[in-house]
Amino acid sequence: MNCTKCPTSTKAVIGLPRHNAAFCKDCFTTFVHEQVARAIKSHKMFTPEDRILVAVSGGKDSLALWHILLKLGYRADALYVNLGIGGYSEESHRKVQLYADTVAAAHGATLLVHVVEQEAGAGIRELATILHRPTCSTCGTIKRYQFNRAAVEHDYDVMATGHNLDDEAARLLGNVLHWQEEYLDKQGPALPASVEGFAKKVKPLCRLSEREIAAYAVLNRIDYIVEECPMAKGSKMLLYKEVLNRLETESPGTKQRFYWGFLDKQTKPESAPESMAAKDQRTLHPCPSCGQPTTADTCSYCKMMAKAKTAAR
Amino acid sequence: MPFAIRLSQPYHRRMIVQLSHPTRQVEIKGPKRTKELLRELNLVVEAHLVIRGDELVTEDEMLADADRIEIRPVISGGV
Repeated sequence: MNCTKCPTSTKAVIGLPRHNAAFCKDCFTTFVHEQVARAIKSHKMFTPEDRILVAVSGGKDSLALWHILLKLGYRADALYVNLGIGGYSEESHRKVQLYADTVAAAHGATLLVHVVEQEAGAGIRELATILHRPTCSTCGTIKRYQFNRAAVEHDYDVMATGHNLDDEAARLLGNVLHWQEEYLDKQGPALPASVEGFAKKVKPLCRLSEREIAAYAVLNRIDYIVEECPMAKGSKMLLYKEVLNRLETESPGTKQRFYWGFLDKQTKPESAPESMAAKDQRTLHPCPSCGQPTTADTCSYCKMMAKAKTAAR
Repeated sequence: MPFAIRLSQPYHRRMIVQLSHPTRQVEIKGPKRTKELLRELNLVVEAHLVIRGDELVTEDEMLADADRIEIRPVISGGV
Protein backbone atom coordinates (compact mmCIF):
# COMPACT_ATOMS: atom_id res chain seq x y z
CA MET A 1 0.00 0.00 0.00
CA ASN A 2 1.47 3.37 -1.02
CA CYS A 3 0.83 6.85 0.34
CA THR A 4 -2.08 8.39 -1.56
CA LYS A 5 -0.83 11.93 -0.93
CA CYS A 6 2.87 11.73 -1.87
CA PRO A 7 3.65 12.44 -5.53
CA THR A 8 6.49 9.88 -5.27
CA SER A 9 4.19 7.21 -3.81
CA THR A 10 6.16 6.46 -0.64
CA LYS A 11 5.25 3.28 1.24
CA ALA A 12 2.28 3.88 3.55
CA VAL A 13 2.38 3.14 7.28
CA ILE A 14 -1.37 3.34 7.84
CA GLY A 15 -4.50 2.83 5.78
CA LEU A 16 -7.58 4.93 6.54
CA PRO A 17 -10.59 3.21 4.95
CA ARG A 18 -13.02 5.92 6.14
CA HIS A 19 -11.10 8.45 4.04
CA ASN A 20 -10.31 5.94 1.28
CA ALA A 21 -6.65 6.90 1.81
CA ALA A 22 -3.29 5.63 3.03
CA PHE A 23 -0.45 7.77 4.37
CA CYS A 24 3.31 7.65 4.92
CA LYS A 25 4.60 8.92 8.27
CA ASP A 26 5.02 12.56 7.21
CA CYS A 27 1.70 12.81 5.36
CA PHE A 28 -0.10 11.12 8.27
CA THR A 29 1.39 13.59 10.76
CA THR A 30 0.27 16.46 8.51
CA PHE A 31 -3.20 14.87 8.23
CA VAL A 32 -3.54 14.64 12.03
CA HIS A 33 -2.38 18.24 12.53
CA GLU A 34 -4.84 19.43 9.88
CA GLN A 35 -7.74 17.56 11.49
CA VAL A 36 -6.98 19.12 14.89
CA ALA A 37 -6.54 22.59 13.39
CA ARG A 38 -9.88 22.16 11.60
CA ALA A 39 -11.66 21.13 14.81
CA ILE A 40 -10.18 24.11 16.69
CA LYS A 41 -11.26 26.53 13.97
CA SER A 42 -14.71 25.17 13.13
CA HIS A 43 -15.78 24.92 16.77
CA LYS A 44 -14.05 28.19 17.78
CA MET A 45 -12.15 26.39 20.54
CA PHE A 46 -9.32 28.87 21.16
CA THR A 47 -6.87 31.26 19.51
CA PRO A 48 -3.03 31.32 19.51
CA GLU A 49 -3.17 33.98 22.25
CA ASP A 50 -5.14 31.79 24.66
CA ARG A 51 -3.54 29.85 27.51
CA ILE A 52 -4.64 26.22 27.39
CA LEU A 53 -4.62 23.63 30.19
CA VAL A 54 -4.49 20.07 28.83
CA ALA A 55 -5.85 17.29 31.03
CA VAL A 56 -3.26 14.50 30.78
CA SER A 57 -3.50 10.94 32.05
CA GLY A 58 -0.42 9.27 30.53
CA GLY A 59 -2.58 7.60 27.88
CA LYS A 60 -2.19 8.04 24.12
CA ASP A 61 -4.97 10.60 23.62
CA SER A 62 -3.99 13.19 26.19
CA LEU A 63 -0.24 12.99 25.51
CA ALA A 64 -0.84 13.12 21.75
CA LEU A 65 -3.12 16.15 22.27
CA TRP A 66 -0.48 17.98 24.32
CA HIS A 67 2.13 17.08 21.66
CA ILE A 68 -0.02 18.29 18.75
CA LEU A 69 -0.96 21.58 20.43
CA LEU A 70 2.70 22.32 21.18
CA LYS A 71 3.70 21.41 17.60
CA LEU A 72 0.96 23.71 16.27
CA GLY A 73 2.47 26.52 18.35
CA TYR A 74 -0.20 26.88 21.05
CA ARG A 75 0.56 27.87 24.64
CA ALA A 76 -0.41 24.62 26.36
CA ASP A 77 0.43 23.51 29.91
CA ALA A 78 -0.92 20.31 31.42
CA LEU A 79 -2.39 18.91 34.62
CA TYR A 80 -1.97 15.31 35.74
CA VAL A 81 -4.21 13.90 38.48
CA ASN A 82 -2.58 11.01 40.31
CA LEU A 83 -5.50 8.80 41.33
CA GLY A 84 -3.49 6.46 43.55
CA ILE A 85 -4.28 3.26 41.63
CA GLY A 86 -1.11 1.41 42.74
CA GLY A 87 1.40 0.53 40.01
CA TYR A 88 -0.89 1.86 37.24
CA SER A 89 -0.81 5.41 38.61
CA GLU A 90 2.94 5.20 39.29
CA GLU A 91 3.58 4.14 35.70
CA SER A 92 1.27 6.72 34.10
CA HIS A 93 2.70 9.48 36.34
CA ARG A 94 6.23 8.50 35.30
CA LYS A 95 5.33 8.66 31.60
CA VAL A 96 3.66 12.07 31.91
CA GLN A 97 6.63 13.45 33.85
CA LEU A 98 9.05 12.01 31.26
CA TYR A 99 7.14 13.67 28.41
CA ALA A 100 6.97 16.97 30.32
CA ASP A 101 10.73 16.94 30.98
CA THR A 102 11.96 15.69 27.61
CA VAL A 103 9.54 17.30 25.13
CA ALA A 104 7.12 19.81 26.63
CA ALA A 105 9.77 21.74 28.59
CA ALA A 106 11.57 22.56 25.34
CA HIS A 107 8.39 24.36 24.20
CA GLY A 108 8.25 26.33 27.48
CA ALA A 109 5.30 24.26 28.75
CA THR A 110 4.89 23.14 32.35
CA LEU A 111 3.18 20.25 34.14
CA LEU A 112 0.93 20.69 37.18
CA VAL A 113 0.27 17.64 39.36
CA HIS A 114 -2.56 16.90 41.77
CA VAL A 115 -2.25 13.83 44.01
CA VAL A 116 -5.67 12.59 45.19
CA GLU A 117 -4.23 10.79 48.23
CA GLN A 118 -2.63 13.99 49.52
CA GLU A 119 -5.95 15.85 49.58
CA ALA A 120 -8.49 13.09 50.20
CA GLY A 121 -6.35 10.83 52.40
CA ALA A 122 -7.07 7.82 50.21
CA GLY A 123 -6.73 6.63 46.62
CA ILE A 124 -9.62 6.34 44.19
CA ARG A 125 -10.27 2.66 44.91
CA GLU A 126 -10.60 3.23 48.68
CA LEU A 127 -12.69 6.37 48.17
CA ALA A 128 -15.13 4.49 45.94
CA THR A 129 -15.49 1.78 48.58
CA ILE A 130 -16.05 4.32 51.37
CA LEU A 131 -18.61 6.21 49.27
CA HIS A 132 -20.34 3.05 47.91
CA ARG A 133 -20.01 4.43 44.39
CA PRO A 134 -18.64 2.83 41.21
CA THR A 135 -14.90 3.58 40.86
CA CYS A 136 -15.26 5.10 37.37
CA SER A 137 -17.90 7.61 38.46
CA THR A 138 -15.86 8.58 41.55
CA CYS A 139 -12.82 9.02 39.30
CA GLY A 140 -14.81 11.07 36.77
CA THR A 141 -16.14 13.42 39.45
CA ILE A 142 -12.70 13.97 40.99
CA LYS A 143 -11.00 14.55 37.63
CA ARG A 144 -13.68 16.94 36.33
CA TYR A 145 -13.51 18.90 39.61
CA GLN A 146 -9.70 19.10 39.79
CA PHE A 147 -9.22 19.99 36.11
CA ASN A 148 -11.85 22.71 36.28
CA ARG A 149 -10.49 24.07 39.55
CA ALA A 150 -6.92 24.20 38.23
CA ALA A 151 -8.02 25.88 35.00
CA VAL A 152 -9.97 28.57 36.88
CA GLU A 153 -7.45 29.13 39.70
CA HIS A 154 -4.47 29.38 37.33
CA ASP A 155 -6.37 31.66 34.91
CA TYR A 156 -6.29 29.41 31.86
CA ASP A 157 -8.62 30.52 29.07
CA VAL A 158 -9.65 27.01 28.19
CA MET A 159 -9.29 23.40 29.31
CA ALA A 160 -8.64 20.75 26.66
CA THR A 161 -9.29 17.02 26.99
CA GLY A 162 -8.17 14.14 24.78
CA HIS A 163 -11.67 12.87 23.96
CA ASN A 164 -11.61 11.43 20.44
CA LEU A 165 -14.18 10.48 17.80
CA ASP A 166 -14.59 6.97 19.27
CA ASP A 167 -15.16 8.35 22.79
CA GLU A 168 -17.80 10.76 21.53
CA ALA A 169 -19.54 8.21 19.27
CA ALA A 170 -19.59 5.62 22.08
CA ARG A 171 -20.99 8.14 24.54
CA LEU A 172 -23.62 9.22 22.02
CA LEU A 173 -24.61 5.59 21.46
CA GLY A 174 -24.95 5.08 25.23
CA ASN A 175 -27.05 8.22 25.63
CA VAL A 176 -29.29 7.31 22.69
CA LEU A 177 -29.72 3.70 23.82
CA HIS A 178 -30.94 4.93 27.20
CA TRP A 179 -32.73 8.03 25.84
CA GLN A 180 -30.66 10.26 28.12
CA GLU A 181 -31.64 13.36 26.18
CA GLU A 182 -30.54 15.70 28.98
CA TYR A 183 -26.91 14.64 28.37
CA LEU A 184 -26.99 15.26 24.62
CA ASP A 185 -26.54 19.03 25.00
CA LYS A 186 -23.18 18.42 26.66
CA GLN A 187 -21.87 16.26 23.84
CA GLY A 188 -20.47 19.09 21.76
CA PRO A 189 -16.71 19.48 21.16
CA ALA A 190 -16.72 22.94 22.78
CA LEU A 191 -18.58 23.68 25.99
CA PRO A 192 -18.65 27.35 26.99
CA ALA A 193 -17.84 28.65 30.46
CA SER A 194 -21.60 28.96 31.03
CA VAL A 195 -21.36 30.34 34.57
CA GLU A 196 -18.73 31.94 36.82
CA GLY A 197 -16.44 29.18 38.09
CA PHE A 198 -16.72 26.97 35.03
CA ALA A 199 -13.78 26.82 32.62
CA LYS A 200 -14.45 26.56 28.90
CA LYS A 201 -13.90 22.92 27.83
CA VAL A 202 -12.85 21.71 24.40
CA LYS A 203 -12.10 18.41 22.64
CA PRO A 204 -9.68 19.12 19.76
CA LEU A 205 -9.29 15.39 18.87
CA CYS A 206 -12.99 14.96 18.06
CA ARG A 207 -12.30 14.47 14.33
CA LEU A 208 -9.77 11.65 14.88
CA SER A 209 -10.40 8.00 15.69
CA GLU A 210 -8.71 6.18 18.53
CA ARG A 211 -6.65 4.14 16.06
CA GLU A 212 -5.44 7.28 14.28
CA ILE A 213 -4.33 8.86 17.55
CA ALA A 214 -2.55 5.68 18.68
CA ALA A 215 -0.78 5.56 15.30
CA TYR A 216 0.23 9.21 15.69
CA ALA A 217 1.68 8.47 19.15
CA VAL A 218 3.63 5.46 17.87
CA LEU A 219 4.97 7.30 14.80
CA ASN A 220 6.01 10.32 16.85
CA ARG A 221 7.66 8.17 19.54
CA ILE A 222 5.36 9.35 22.31
CA ASP A 223 5.86 6.98 25.24
CA TYR A 224 2.34 6.41 26.59
CA ILE A 225 0.80 3.84 28.92
CA VAL A 226 -0.63 1.06 26.75
CA GLU A 227 -2.22 -0.89 29.61
CA GLU A 228 -5.90 -0.31 30.21
CA CYS A 229 -6.86 1.28 33.52
CA PRO A 230 -7.59 -1.75 35.78
CA MET A 231 -10.75 0.01 36.99
CA ALA A 232 -12.23 0.24 33.46
CA LYS A 233 -12.67 -3.53 33.06
CA GLY A 234 -16.24 -4.37 32.11
CA SER A 235 -17.10 -0.72 31.39
CA LYS A 236 -20.11 -0.13 29.12
CA MET A 237 -18.02 2.34 27.09
CA LEU A 238 -15.70 -0.50 26.06
CA LEU A 239 -18.70 -2.52 24.90
CA TYR A 240 -20.10 0.39 22.86
CA LYS A 241 -16.69 0.98 21.28
CA GLU A 242 -16.39 -2.69 20.39
CA VAL A 243 -19.79 -2.64 18.69
CA LEU A 244 -18.98 0.58 16.81
CA ASN A 245 -15.62 -0.81 15.67
CA ARG A 246 -17.29 -3.91 14.25
CA LEU A 247 -19.70 -1.66 12.35
CA GLU A 248 -16.79 0.53 11.23
CA THR A 249 -14.91 -2.49 9.88
CA GLU A 250 -17.92 -3.56 7.81
CA SER A 251 -18.85 -0.04 6.80
CA PRO A 252 -15.98 2.49 7.04
CA GLY A 253 -17.09 5.96 8.12
CA THR A 254 -19.94 4.78 10.39
CA LYS A 255 -18.56 6.38 13.56
CA GLN A 256 -17.89 9.65 11.79
CA ARG A 257 -21.36 9.78 10.17
CA PHE A 258 -23.01 8.91 13.49
CA TYR A 259 -21.25 11.60 15.57
CA TRP A 260 -20.85 14.34 12.96
CA GLY A 261 -24.44 13.83 11.84
CA PHE A 262 -25.53 14.41 15.43
CA LEU A 263 -23.41 17.59 15.65
CA ASP A 264 -24.88 18.87 12.37
CA LYS A 265 -28.41 18.40 13.67
CA GLN A 266 -27.43 20.13 16.91
CA THR A 267 -26.21 23.26 15.11
CA LYS A 268 -29.25 23.64 12.84
CA PRO A 269 -31.91 26.02 14.16
CA GLU A 270 -34.81 24.24 15.75
CA SER A 271 -38.13 24.29 13.90
CA ALA A 272 -41.32 22.37 14.62
CA PRO A 273 -41.11 19.07 12.72
CA GLU A 274 -43.71 18.61 9.98
CA SER A 275 -46.21 15.85 10.82
CA MET A 276 -46.09 12.65 8.78
CA ALA A 277 -49.62 13.28 7.49
CA ALA A 278 -48.80 16.85 6.40
CA LYS A 279 -45.62 15.67 4.66
CA ASP A 280 -47.51 12.87 2.86
CA GLN A 281 -50.23 15.27 1.72
CA ARG A 282 -47.58 17.62 0.36
CA THR A 283 -45.52 15.01 -1.53
CA LEU A 284 -47.87 12.19 -2.60
CA HIS A 285 -50.31 12.03 -5.54
CA PRO A 286 -52.23 9.15 -7.21
CA CYS A 287 -50.26 6.98 -9.65
CA PRO A 288 -51.66 7.63 -13.16
CA SER A 289 -51.61 3.89 -13.83
CA CYS A 290 -53.11 2.28 -10.69
CA GLY A 291 -54.27 5.19 -8.52
CA GLN A 292 -52.23 4.27 -5.41
CA PRO A 293 -50.28 7.09 -3.73
CA THR A 294 -46.76 7.72 -5.02
CA THR A 295 -44.12 10.46 -5.02
CA ALA A 296 -42.93 9.53 -8.54
CA ASP A 297 -44.61 10.02 -11.91
CA THR A 298 -45.58 6.34 -11.96
CA CYS A 299 -45.45 4.24 -8.78
CA SER A 300 -42.54 1.82 -8.33
CA TYR A 301 -44.89 -1.23 -8.42
CA CYS A 302 -46.31 -0.25 -11.82
CA LYS A 303 -42.81 0.50 -13.12
CA MET A 304 -41.54 -2.88 -11.91
CA MET A 305 -44.48 -4.79 -13.43
CA ALA A 306 -44.16 -2.95 -16.74
CA LYS A 307 -40.45 -3.89 -16.85
CA ALA A 308 -41.20 -7.54 -15.94
CA LYS A 309 -43.86 -7.78 -18.69
CA THR A 310 -41.45 -6.34 -21.26
CA ALA A 311 -38.74 -8.79 -20.25
CA ALA A 312 -41.13 -11.77 -20.35
CA ARG A 313 -42.17 -11.06 -23.95
CA MET B 1 27.28 -38.04 -7.48
CA PRO B 2 27.35 -40.80 -4.84
CA PHE B 3 25.75 -38.88 -2.06
CA ALA B 4 23.28 -36.08 -1.96
CA ILE B 5 23.64 -34.25 1.29
CA ARG B 6 20.28 -32.96 2.48
CA LEU B 7 20.33 -30.34 5.13
CA SER B 8 17.20 -30.58 7.17
CA GLN B 9 16.16 -27.45 9.03
CA PRO B 10 17.08 -28.06 12.66
CA TYR B 11 14.77 -25.37 13.94
CA HIS B 12 11.89 -23.82 12.12
CA ARG B 13 11.28 -20.26 13.30
CA ARG B 14 7.84 -18.80 13.50
CA MET B 15 6.92 -15.18 13.92
CA ILE B 16 6.63 -14.08 17.53
CA VAL B 17 3.53 -12.01 18.16
CA GLN B 18 3.24 -9.91 21.30
CA LEU B 19 -0.31 -9.23 22.49
CA SER B 20 -1.84 -7.17 25.31
CA HIS B 21 -4.87 -7.49 27.59
CA PRO B 22 -3.63 -9.91 28.88
CA THR B 23 0.06 -9.60 28.03
CA ARG B 24 1.15 -12.75 26.17
CA GLN B 25 3.21 -14.05 23.26
CA VAL B 26 2.08 -16.43 20.56
CA GLU B 27 3.99 -18.00 17.68
CA ILE B 28 2.36 -17.90 14.25
CA LYS B 29 3.44 -19.59 11.04
CA GLY B 30 4.32 -17.12 8.27
CA PRO B 31 4.42 -15.73 5.74
CA LYS B 32 1.07 -14.01 5.90
CA ARG B 33 -0.48 -10.62 5.46
CA THR B 34 -1.23 -8.38 8.44
CA LYS B 35 -4.98 -8.57 7.90
CA GLU B 36 -4.80 -12.39 7.77
CA LEU B 37 -2.85 -12.44 11.04
CA LEU B 38 -5.49 -10.26 12.72
CA ARG B 39 -8.28 -12.43 11.32
CA GLU B 40 -6.55 -15.59 12.58
CA LEU B 41 -6.33 -14.07 16.06
CA ASN B 42 -9.96 -12.88 15.79
CA LEU B 43 -8.98 -9.22 16.21
CA VAL B 44 -10.69 -6.23 14.56
CA VAL B 45 -8.44 -3.99 12.41
CA GLU B 46 -10.15 -0.82 13.65
CA ALA B 47 -9.20 -1.61 17.26
CA HIS B 48 -5.54 -2.53 16.75
CA LEU B 49 -2.19 -1.37 15.40
CA VAL B 50 0.34 -3.84 14.04
CA ILE B 51 3.97 -2.93 14.73
CA ARG B 52 6.90 -4.83 13.18
CA GLY B 53 10.06 -4.11 15.16
CA ASP B 54 9.32 -0.45 15.78
CA GLU B 55 7.57 0.34 12.49
CA LEU B 56 3.85 0.53 11.86
CA VAL B 57 2.63 -1.72 9.04
CA THR B 58 -0.50 -1.61 6.89
CA GLU B 59 -3.05 -4.41 6.51
CA ASP B 60 -1.67 -5.60 3.18
CA GLU B 61 1.94 -5.90 4.43
CA MET B 62 3.47 -9.41 4.18
CA LEU B 63 4.87 -10.63 7.50
CA ALA B 64 7.63 -13.26 7.63
CA ASP B 65 8.59 -15.96 10.11
CA ALA B 66 11.63 -13.98 11.25
CA ASP B 67 9.53 -10.93 12.20
CA ARG B 68 8.81 -9.80 15.72
CA ILE B 69 5.32 -8.37 15.78
CA GLU B 70 3.42 -6.37 18.37
CA ILE B 71 -0.35 -6.12 18.10
CA ARG B 72 -1.29 -3.09 20.15
CA PRO B 73 -4.91 -2.47 21.18
CA VAL B 74 -5.97 1.15 20.75
CA ILE B 75 -9.18 1.25 22.78
CA SER B 76 -9.21 2.93 26.15
CA GLY B 77 -12.23 2.91 28.40
CA GLY B 78 -11.59 5.71 30.83
CA VAL B 79 -14.19 8.13 29.56
